[in-house]
Amino acid sequence: MEGLPILSLMMLVPLAGALACLFSGANAARWIALGATLVTFALGVVLWSNYEIGGPQWQFTERAELFAGFSYALGIDGIALLLIMLSVFLMPVCILASWEAIEKRVGEYMAAFLFMEVLMIGTFAAQDLFLFYVFFEAGLIPMYLIIGVWGGDNRIYASYKFFLYTLFGSVLMLIAMFWMVAQADTSDIPTLMQYPFPAEAQTWLWLAFFASFAVKVPMWPLHTWLPDAHVQAPTAGSVILAGVLLKLGGYGFIRFSLPMFPEASAQFAWLVFALSMIAVVYTSLVALVQADMKKLIAYSSVAHMAIVTVGLFAFNVQGLEGAMIVMLSHGLVSGALFLCVGVIYDRLHTREIARYGGLAINMPYYALFFLLFTMASIGLPGTSGFVGEFLSLAGIYQTSSLVALICTTGIILGAAYMLYLYRRVAFGGQVNEDAAAMRDISAREWIMMAPIAAAVLWMGVYPESFLAPMREDIAVLEARLSAAAPASDAQLAPGTPRAEAANALPHHDNAAGEGAH
Amino acid sequence: MDFVPSFALTLPELVLTGTGLVLLLLAAWGGDKAARKIAIAAATALFVAGVLLVPGLHFGTDGPATLAFGGLLKVDSFALFAKALIYLAAIAALMVAPAFFAGPTAGTERGMRAEYPVLVLFAAVGMSIMVSANDFMSLYLGLELNSLSAYVLAAILRRDTRSGEAGLKYFVLGALASGILLYGMSLLYGFTGGTAFDAVRAGLSGTMGTGALLGVIFVLSGLAFKISAVPFHMWTPDVYEGAPTPVTAFFATAPKVAAVALTARVVFEVFGGQVQAWQQIVMFMALASIIFGALGAIGQENLKRLLAYSSINNIGFILLGLAVANVDGASAMLVYLFIYVAMSIGSFVALLMLRGEDGELFETFADIRGLSVTRPAIAWALLIFMFSLAGIPPLLGFYSKFVVFQATIEAGLVAFGAIAIAASVIGAFYYIKFVKVMFFDEPAGVVTGKSETGHWVLLGLTALIISPLGYLLTPSLTDLADKAARSLFIVLV
Repeated sequence: MEGLPILSLMMLVPLAGALACLFSGANAARWIALGATLVTFALGVVLWSNYEIGGPQWQFTERAELFAGFSYALGIDGIALLLIMLSVFLMPVCILASWEAIEKRVGEYMAAFLFMEVLMIGTFAAQDLFLFYVFFEAGLIPMYLIIGVWGGDNRIYASYKFFLYTLFGSVLMLIAMFWMVAQADTSDIPTLMQYPFPAEAQTWLWLAFFASFAVKVPMWPLHTWLPDAHVQAPTAGSVILAGVLLKLGGYGFIRFSLPMFPEASAQFAWLVFALSMIAVVYTSLVALVQADMKKLIAYSSVAHMAIVTVGLFAFNVQGLEGAMIVMLSHGLVSGALFLCVGVIYDRLHTREIARYGGLAINMPYYALFFLLFTMASIGLPGTSGFVGEFLSLAGIYQTSSLVALICTTGIILGAAYMLYLYRRVAFGGQVNEDAAAMRDISAREWIMMAPIAAAVLWMGVYPESFLAPMREDIAVLEARLSAAAPASDAQLAPGTPRAEAANALPHHDNAAGEGAH
Repeated sequence: MDFVPSFALTLPELVLTGTGLVLLLLAAWGGDKAARKIAIAAATALFVAGVLLVPGLHFGTDGPATLAFGGLLKVDSFALFAKALIYLAAIAALMVAPAFFAGPTAGTERGMRAEYPVLVLFAAVGMSIMVSANDFMSLYLGLELNSLSAYVLAAILRRDTRSGEAGLKYFVLGALASGILLYGMSLLYGFTGGTAFDAVRAGLSGTMGTGALLGVIFVLSGLAFKISAVPFHMWTPDVYEGAPTPVTAFFATAPKVAAVALTARVVFEVFGGQVQAWQQIVMFMALASIIFGALGAIGQENLKRLLAYSSINNIGFILLGLAVANVDGASAMLVYLFIYVAMSIGSFVALLMLRGEDGELFETFADIRGLSVTRPAIAWALLIFMFSLAGIPPLLGFYSKFVVFQATIEAGLVAFGAIAIAASVIGAFYYIKFVKVMFFDEPAGVVTGKSETGHWVLLGLTALIISPLGYLLTPSLTDLADKAARSLFIVLV
């Protein structure tokens, strides 16, 4: 594989597919899109199998000076590898999910998704600060179209909100990037990750990056675009939003905020903790009262991503690894849950929970998959959710027991809203005739769900496969952060042992004592 | 005095002037029937004049060898860069005109008037003189030659009241601005004793008196009117809306380039020693243009009016480069100008292609509803231009904002840059409204007419430049802009 520019190839295939889709009829576009995403996934498998665990930090590097002002530089480490795998894995599923649900302007729809895939791979693989920004920001265009053209009733409002919120967050980051590049005289991300920025400058650089990533993640109170965008987007759009786009925020923290501004990250850890604690409790409670299935899952995403941010700012290996696993797990699980919603939405065209009930009777296989993903979302041991949440919370417990305590309630609340949702949809009596008449999942839906279910179980039973590629990178990051790590409140300081046993009797042969008598 | 080098330096202008005079005679005898041929001849002349610029642009020219006619004109790389852009924009304005004037919207039975190409040529000559002016006298001469041609162009549809109104408004306000400019020039002459740029510069050294400062402010105000920077922007929406669309496309591009280039030359070469005196003014105009250009556009229904506000908004970003007051800023400004010209031409050509069954033109949001279904190619091209104007990567419009903001931040104006970039989000709101109307709304179905091949060529070409492929142009574009910007600062060093 030496010399083959595989990362460029992985972007070229969907790009070519997208252009072909634009000029094809509906059915041809579906097959082209499926073919392109499958080829890209195959290339992703090749990428992973050729990734050398314990090898150089940056692998598959490419560099070409094509533009003035920044360069076309690609390369991945273990963290980027796993997120790229997540993207290319979810993409064919998204295409399949839209196979029948999208009827108008199929060519343009498929093209938008393939463009999205190019941009996501580019964002994770970019090794130049400005190239990263271009890919990061360009995702707005296809996503705006996906929500606006193929979305629900209130799609215009949702698309505007999504676009303007995200844009406003990002432009401030761009200003910070200019300053950093002027200061460090390079836009090379690996170099910048080691560059010592002055501590006072770090403060506002961190805030500028935070403005962008906090909107993407999203963190409370900047999360309000997410329920709107999720609910209005078509099923596959929600899958991509929840599965990959939210991860851009987490990736931003782990790639930029933490290694580039370690002091400022420690300085603002309280802010991240406070917002995350509010998010976990508040959005979980909000999720509990939702009547719309997609909105419920959207709010649960905010709560889960808060566990990610808490883990990231724990400043230790468990926290960082846990955050990464939660991101991957949440990408799979929330994507799968949106697919589950999409499956029944395609049949009944409503997302209202009360319209369903007793689906376990007429759709047993569907109920099985839905149950698995519900359990994974709660964090049942044996599923991917458990591994990630356990590691993250173990990590944060070492830093702050209070944060750990409050964030752990998220698991209980998560169980509450997810089980409540599941009970209302799948269990109980068949109250609605049309819901009772729905047929079980088709072969196409099997093909969508089964791989995700397998991945969820794999990650839950043997997480080492996913932890191994990024272990070195997390260790490097932890080494960089250790100097700035905030003091922990949970570590007990060992006291100095007493000189004699506790039950030793006092002696009365003291010279001074004698003299007093 | 040996005039041969001077004539050699001004060869493009001589070509244009000569062709213009000959074509004027042809127009007088040939009448409007010959208009199309005259337009082709004029475009060819502009092209030839453009080709004459290439060697100088490629190798870069600066220093005393660029002075012509005893220092009245200075034909350096900076002037050449601006001229190349002006000629390209003028060719585009000629290419799109015949189909427009033949349509029912123009209200002329005989199609394009033969004077149109001639006036565009003379305006181009005026702009050439503007950008290479090295003396307030030649500056004013070029400015008026351009302005007088422009007034007539705005009012060229004699039976259309909107066109007449636009022409009159442009004339009255333009004359006022010329007066302000002249007053400023006379003040500067009075306080420095010269009209040549280097003489005024020498006279302005040291502590500046109130009178001279007033002169600087008046000159800047007059120029701000020409580039329609806030607070001298009021005429722009009315003139852009009323003038025939090809003329609007011309106004939004070539004269903007000329006026911006002229302003840059004046502030750097004449007021270069007094940066503090004008930097704040330019910074204010930049921020105000960005914010008011964006806010003013929000409520607009007419697309030409909206693009007028968009051009005010863009001028703000261009002035941002100027406010930086160094070579990087000037270079960024030139890169921005190039990309801005491509985006503007593309957007106006797309507007000109919105034709009904009988060839009538549409220019409101209501007409382009659902355009992506009825005319997908035009809709996708407009999508590219609008996202590009909003500065969203990976389109080239992002690169123009990229260079300008990079120069701003590198010069240490961090807060200034942060406010400006945050204000750019307001602008994004109405650009994405374009996309919303074309892609999300139900089709209005009125845009059904066919478009000319020339329009398609221009649309395709500009869309290709603005598409991500345009980034491959950036190394050579930056190289040319750097050469041009450096030649502007020769006196400073």
